[in-house]
Amino acid sequence: MAYDYSRYLRNDKFPHIWCPGCTYGIVLKAIIRAIDKAGLKQDDTAIVSGIGCASRLPGYVDFNTLHTTHGRAIAFATGIKMVKPDKNVLVITGDGDATAIGGNHFIHACRRNIDITVVVFNNYIYGMTGGQYSPTTPTGAVATTMPYGNVDPQFNILELAKGAGATFIARGTAYHAAGIDNLVVEAIKHKGLSVVEIINACPTTYGRRNKFKSPTDMLLWMKDHFLPVTAFEKLPPEKTAGKLPMGILYREEKPEYTEMYYSMVKRVQEGGK
Amino acid sequence: MARQVKLFQGNEACAYGALYAGCSFFAGYPITPSTEVAEVMAKELPKRGGAFMQMEDEIASMAAIIGASLAGAKSMTATSGPGFSLKQENIGFAAIAEVPCVVVNVMRGGPSTGVPTGPGQSDIMQCRWGTHGDHPIITITPAYVQEIFSETVRAFNLAEKYRNPVIIAFDEIVGHMRERIEIPEPGELEVIDRKKPDVPPEEYFPYDSSKGDIPPMANFFEGYRYHVTGLNHDRTGFPINACELVHIEEERLLRKIYANRDDIVKNDEYMLDDAEVAVFAYGACGRSAREAVDMARKEGIKIGLLRPLTMWPFPDREVEALAERVKAIIVPELSLGQIILEVERCSKGKCRIDGIFRVDGEPISPFQILDKVKEVL
Repeated sequence: MAYDYSRYLRNDKFPHIWCPGCTYGIVLKAIIRAIDKAGLKQDDTAIVSGIGCASRLPGYVDFNTLHTTHGRAIAFATGIKMVKPDKNVLVITGDGDATAIGGNHFIHACRRNIDITVVVFNNYIYGMTGGQYSPTTPTGAVATTMPYGNVDPQFNILELAKGAGATFIARGTAYHAAGIDNLVVEAIKHKGLSVVEIINACPTTYGRRNKFKSPTDMLLWMKDHFLPVTAFEKLPPEKTAGKLPMGILYREEKPEYTEMYYSMVKRVQEGGK
Repeated sequence: MARQVKLFQGNEACAYGALYAGCSFFAGYPITPSTEVAEVMAKELPKRGGAFMQMEDEIASMAAIIGASLAGAKSMTATSGPGFSLKQENIGFAAIAEVPCVVVNVMRGGPSTGVPTGPGQSDIMQCRWGTHGDHPIITITPAYVQEIFSETVRAFNLAEKYRNPVIIAFDEIVGHMRERIEIPEPGELEVIDRKKPDVPPEEYFPYDSSKGDIPPMANFFEGYRYHVTGLNHDRTGFPINACELVHIEEERLLRKIYANRDDIVKNDEYMLDDAEVAVFAYGACGRSAREAVDMARKEGIKIGLLRPLTMWPFPDREVEALAERVKAIIVPELSLGQIILEVERCSKGKCRIDGIFRVDGEPISPFQILDKVKEVL
């Protein structure tokens, strides 16, 4: 029997706003399967987002949902988690939302290692506003605000997260949809700040300006440019040039922020200094 | 039992007032001259099981207190000058999403970095109009350390009662001034908590105004799963596009505060009954004005003081009534003339309005005010 998504969806909110050919629906389904598999209760889970196409996702899912200001989802989520450390908090964000306007909140949440799961939908472009270059737009690609080809260097979101102290990083793609489930399940289970980057396609504002003839071409590009991390690591550098690894790329156990904070609270309340 | 007596700064009184009101989450960022509010909260919240966070910036602090409030905590942030500018976008979010929270603005000189250690009152219009779009706001303007304590409690009460951000604005002078304060006993001051829904989750709409303009508020994780957005939304909380409903909902937001202005507006009226000249002043200027009234009365000059403790919504009717019966209203301000514009608007040309403006980092003295009174008489 096909998986029944309806119990996690706000079914009356469809159709969604995403364009034909957009891969966000694929990822939405994977996230629902993952939340189900991880056993999160809807009443005990908050899903927080910023601004952008990806950030519209919380409106479609039946949880405690919060659609905030541009870039600030992680900061709102931090307030929620600090006062309800036993609840589950997920952030859905995009490449521009997380790493441009929200870059400061992103790195500091990583540094604190607060137990929030951040899923970054990376489609390499500002889609909602019509195709302006983001910090992850490939150098040379065309965007409405880089009409002669992007001269900006690209952020690697996961290297950024790891450098800032994130204790769990993983990458998946909309093409490898079935693989996303496990990444998100493991990210949710991880005690600490986890970042899952999902590579997505925006045919409307990115693909058609960058020689992708169809949304399918964009999915096939994902197929060709992302390798399971185990295979990736075995290959010589010349065979991995221009490609990136997928899967769980890094995981470590470190003290989690709310646990640290509330153990301090306990110590103070017991008369310690 | 005798009340505890303390020698507190205004900033300390603000923090302890917040704790009295039940604040259990504070997020902030260091900035002069408000930092002591954060320092007291960092020390006191853990003792009470609450949480303090020094966030990465002012924007994050404002965001975090909104998140915490949605999760059920009474929450506050404190800032000054540039920090207040940075918080504005999320103050608008709290207004449209109707999330109770308290923002303390210890006012310094500006614009930009300005005079970080000097007093100012030049953010008073920013308190009203700092964030974009039509929005309701409440601003409280205490002037004495004891008053900062009790008005902070009132700020939380108004935030909770009206589901709205409330700004507490006082200048650096009263923020850093030390005065004797008696700490009210628990129960002595009223403490109001947000109204919860009395319907089951399946019948709950987070912005249901069918029973009044202030919708009951469920916290996250209490079984009422709903959506919160900064987009214009209908009673369900879900976005609506430009249509008649946006207009209706925006009007409700404003009406929520302005139809209840009598409950929110609060003034200290001193010797106004027979006054020929009135002073309209708040914060440090309100203190000088009171002294000026006492000095003038000793000389037989009939002046009085209207000192607003709520600046927004503005005491428009009170100012108009005053303008009808005095020769002049004097408005001393630590700015180059901001709140005088509101006094002029509300007095409708019924009396003379004169300002005393000062932004050199020094307070306006009672003598300055007295001189101006003599000039207009």
